[in-house]
Amino acid sequence: MSARAIVTFENITKRFGDFVAVDGLTLDIFAREFFALLGPSGCGKTTLLRLLAGFEQPDAGRVVLDGEDLAGVPPYRRPVNMMFQSYALFPHMTVAGNVAFGLKQDSLPRDEIAARVDEMLGLVQLRPLAARKPDQLSGGQRQRVALARSLAKHPKVLLLDEPLAALDRKLREETRFELKELQRRLETTFVIVTHDQDEAMTVADRIAVMNRGKLAQVGAPAEVYEQPNSRWVAGFLGEVNLIEGRVTAVYPSFVIVEREGMRLRVAHAPIAPGPAAVALRPENVRVLTTVPEGSFENGAAGTVADIGYLGTMSIYKVRLDDGLVLKAAVMNEQREAVRAVHVNDRVWLSWTPQAGVLLAE
Amino acid sequence: MQNTQQRDLVTRIAILMPYLWLIALFLVPFLIVLKISFSQTTIAQPPYTPVLDLSEGWEGMKQFFAALSTENYATLVSDSLYLWSYLKSLQVAAISTVILLLTAYPVAYALARAPRRWQGVLVLSVVLPFWTSFLIRVYAWINILQHDGLLNQALIALRIVDAPVTWLATDTAVYIGIVYSYFPFMVLPLFAALEKMDNALLEAAADLGAPPWRAFFQITVPLSLPGIAAGTLLCFIPIVGEFVIPDLLGSSSTAMIGQTLWLEFFGNRDWPVASALAVVLLAILVPPILIYRQRETRQYSPSSFRGAPEARARNP
Repeated sequence: MSARAIVTFENITKRFGDFVAVDGLTLDIFAREFFALLGPSGCGKTTLLRLLAGFEQPDAGRVVLDGEDLAGVPPYRRPVNMMFQSYALFPHMTVAGNVAFGLKQDSLPRDEIAARVDEMLGLVQLRPLAARKPDQLSGGQRQRVALARSLAKHPKVLLLDEPLAALDRKLREETRFELKELQRRLETTFVIVTHDQDEAMTVADRIAVMNRGKLAQVGAPAEVYEQPNSRWVAGFLGEVNLIEGRVTAVYPSFVIVEREGMRLRVAHAPIAPGPAAVALRPENVRVLTTVPEGSFENGAAGTVADIGYLGTMSIYKVRLDDGLVLKAAVMNEQREAVRAVHVNDRVWLSWTPQAGVLLAE
Repeated sequence: MQNTQQRDLVTRIAILMPYLWLIALFLVPFLIVLKISFSQTTIAQPPYTPVLDLSEGWEGMKQFFAALSTENYATLVSDSLYLWSYLKSLQVAAISTVILLLTAYPVAYALARAPRRWQGVLVLSVVLPFWTSFLIRVYAWINILQHDGLLNQALIALRIVDAPVTWLATDTAVYIGIVYSYFPFMVLPLFAALEKMDNALLEAAADLGAPPWRAFFQITVPLSLPGIAAGTLLCFIPIVGEFVIPDLLGSSSTAMIGQTLWLEFFGNRDWPVASALAVVLLAILVPPILIYRQRETRQYSPSSFRGAPEARARNP
């Protein structure tokens, strides 16, 4: 993947009345990457996409596409195409007519349009349905028509606004991989807006986590998940245990965080002592029925308050002696009936120094 | 058991009601008019013959049917006055409908794009004048259009004309009156069609490279076709039979079919010919309605404007 920025947002601010949708945001999206804008609703991710498509104008800042400042360029002259959340298929046109619409606007020769439409319908496996109207299609089929239509003009950047939100769960999970595969094959830059972290993690090369109009963190999926840079990102991406404490000792490759009755060793570069939190993913916490030998660090004793059975794994909620509740995710290697740990059992939790992420404020 | 049967009966009556309604208020009067159109005029009460007298039994029926004739229809064909009346009516209706479409479309479009909290008030303001009496509004137009009326005063004050223009008793006055009177009947169906159009469709069109004017003609207009068709029918058909407006604002030299009909009924007391005129008018107007109905059910099923039912897609 080349690291050439194809889209640059420069100090973008966008307000709707009093509401600041995008707040002084700067971001580069690289050519040929699958980029995800991830965040809760109202975080400004869709506004950012619409600024790029040209449906909104920034109040401040610049949007640059492939070296060209897009200020004043109307949507119909921008070499990007969007797949709408509602698909926005033209109900009075056939599937082929929908896919051909953009090509007709460019006044391409008739046979070239026909060839491109056929190619696109082949790409999304809809050739047999070319003559159907959108209301004669299933939800999944309409989603593919929308995708084919937005790809037909070979856009420099394909914008996907919650493209899978309207599909049912099983289809959505399959389609994620298809999207990823399609993006690799076409070598087009895809920018997807989603509120679904699993979706972002599955498809994207890089994720921008957004909160209140600002970027909270940008990085590869594993990076933002395993090395969140704030309590908010840690909490937004999946389940996390936040253990508040103080950094009391600093060593070259790790620090010691202490709170009453608990001593945590966290792999981290040296920092100044002071208040800090340790973010711990439930899947990194082990549940033991016997006291581990001679370990004072990275462990705590507590009582099982609740067990949530999820099929492949179970979530144990353990109330520590100081009242803090930690979650531990345990793979169900045995059948539920022969499980050794029950509610109200006394257990010991343990984790490695590499498991925790230090979040200094 | 008893209950279910009773409920079935109630349901059947409920379903039957609209049909009874149609039969009593449409079919029966139409049959009476149809019958009169095959009768002869006479100086009597009622002013036509034969009159069906059931007291004479089967013989009476036979005599009755033997006395019916198509003479009145022959009269309509033989006198070009009637033909010209029909053509005049169709012409006025066609031109008025086109003017209505061109003037109402922008208004309906603006209404549909207006902020939602204003829409109710704006739609009301289109309809509000029509809560006053229709006749008073047409008389008001006489006032505006007469020799020293508001329109001429304004034109002279603005130095657009030097001397008063004759408006009353011209075709122009008839068109003004008709377009004014039928305006809401064109605006409302257009508004209904435009209002339910998803704005994302226009964004999608722009996104795919269509400038606003092309998006308008390729997306907005085709999707508002049901509204255009409904508005056109809603205006065209009653305008063809319009009587009051041409009678008050137009001249008698260019009579529309409604005026001719009125003349036959009340001037000449020739009910049979008047009825024949009405029946032919109906025959002219029914085919376009049927064609529209057929098109609507075939091409513009309501589902094409909303999320389609999944079930239909699964069993194509």
